Amino acid sequence: MEDRSYFYLPPPITTINKKVITMKVSMSIELKDIPGQLVHALQPISNLGGNIRSVQHQRDKKTPSGRIPLQLVLEIEERSLNILVERLKERGVNVVRIGEERLKDSMVVLLIGHIVHSDLRETIDSIDSTGFAEVVELSLSMPGVDMTSSASVTLSAIGKEELKDALDILEATAEKKGIMVISSI
Amino acid sequence: MKQETVRISIIGFGYVGSGVAEVIRRKREAIARKHGIDLKIVGIADLKGVIADEQGVSEEAIRALKAGEKQGDMTSLDIIRDVAHEVMVETTPTNVETGEPGLTHIITALESGRHVVTSNKGPIALEYQKLMELAAKHGKEIKFEAAVGGAMPIISLVRENLAGNGVMSIKGILNGTCNYILTRMAEEDLPYEHVLKEAQEIGIAETDPSKDIEGVDTAVKLVILANSIFGMNATYNDVKVVGISEITPDALKLANDAGYVIKLIGDVDSDGRLEVAPRLVPKDDPLNVGGTLNVATIKTDLAGEITVIGKGAGPIEAASAILSDIIGIYS
Repeated sequence: MEDRSYFYLPPPITTINKKVITMKVSMSIELKDIPGQLVHALQPISNLGGNIRSVQHQRDKKTPSGRIPLQLVLEIEERSLNILVERLKERGVNVVRIGEERLKDSMVVLLIGHIVHSDLRETIDSIDSTGFAEVVELSLSMPGVDMTSSASVTLSAIGKEELKDALDILEATAEKKGIMVISSI
Repeated sequence: MKQETVRISIIGFGYVGSGVAEVIRRKREAIARKHGIDLKIVGIADLKGVIADEQGVSEEAIRALKAGEKQGDMTSLDIIRDVAHEVMVETTPTNVETGEPGLTHIITALESGRHVVTSNKGPIALEYQKLMELAAKHGKEIKFEAAVGGAMPIISLVRENLAGNGVMSIKGILNGTCNYILTRMAEEDLPYEHVLKEAQEIGIAETDPSKDIEGVDTAVKLVILANSIFGMNATYNDVKVVGISEITPDALKLANDAGYVIKLIGDVDSDGRLEVAPRLVPKDDPLNVGGTLNVATIKTDLAGEITVIGKGAGPIEAASAILSDIIGIYS
């Protein structure tokens, strides 16, 4: 009988590009120079489920029109951003500039184990929900039902520290599910 | 040039021990000329028996010992204690649980006033501090370059050539068997079990390959580096170890598509991190070496990154490191 054990058929590799859910936004706004304006401006952000990462408030600098400039960095769901801008305007807050914070740093990580059975979605969500990092690409290789599958995951984050945090989250999630994580040197 | 005679015993006469005898035979004259030391093997001990001769053991006696002819009633410890010599070369097989019989050989040699040169990982990984203190107490040296990375110089490179540098980290491939398996799997797209079998057939992997593939061997070498270079007091249990048996051809292919190879990397740094795990290595990184090669990148504060690549195993390669250690004691 022919010995078939030397043959090995490579499985198909599928690539899933997933949609961004939460985005990180930097925003320059201008407040009226009267008491209570800061809270007044920040309220709609939390009302919409956003997360404020930093606020720079420069009381001594005023715009020519006498307003106080404020720099904000916040995380918010993409679909809520326009609503936020509307609500700020309704409250008399000038929105001067909106910019999306770039995911500057990336790394590739390999996962080996019963990835599909272990609810991959949850693993990805655990990264994406941070607001500072996300899974931007995923290639999955599934040799067969009940067999060990492998995935390469590209993580992106707004900075090196955040990237490291994202890897820690992934490793913790993977450990719970008995998935091996191979990280880059 | 003034000649100094250095009498040597070789305890453990397997591949490495007989490799040492072979390189001393080949290089004796050249070493005498260049370094002014005349190396003379005055005793050899093995499970099969022992031979000893103050004038230097003869080729015939070595052949007879190898052939398994029982030689005399002395034990290895008798040779170490009672035959006058300067350097004991310890090349018995590694036992990572007890360190024996190497540990007793080394302790006895130091207490008997011999320098020690060894390729044996067990005693150095288990009792590093105790052995260093004992050596210092007796004013003797203990050297073990051959225990980590075979012919590839790491310990003397850092201690001597890079003296003055602070070492931040050392990471590398310290096990040729794992490197061979992962290299073959990636290049030929073959499953792990298949390549392991092949490696066993050609003698690259042992019949019981668990120490290599589970990362134990790499971890023990890492402990030696941690203690000897980073001044830690680490043991095997301090190392986080993951082996290579879970690696699939799919994973290697995905890594390849993303610009990486997978290697079993030992990683030690000055913050006390001790880790052995399969890692992604960029294809253009100096750590990406194939076959059975060993490699280490040493990150220093002044010299930056230095990478050494070399043969991690083989009797003559290990003997090379042992020979350099012996000469190092006298220069």
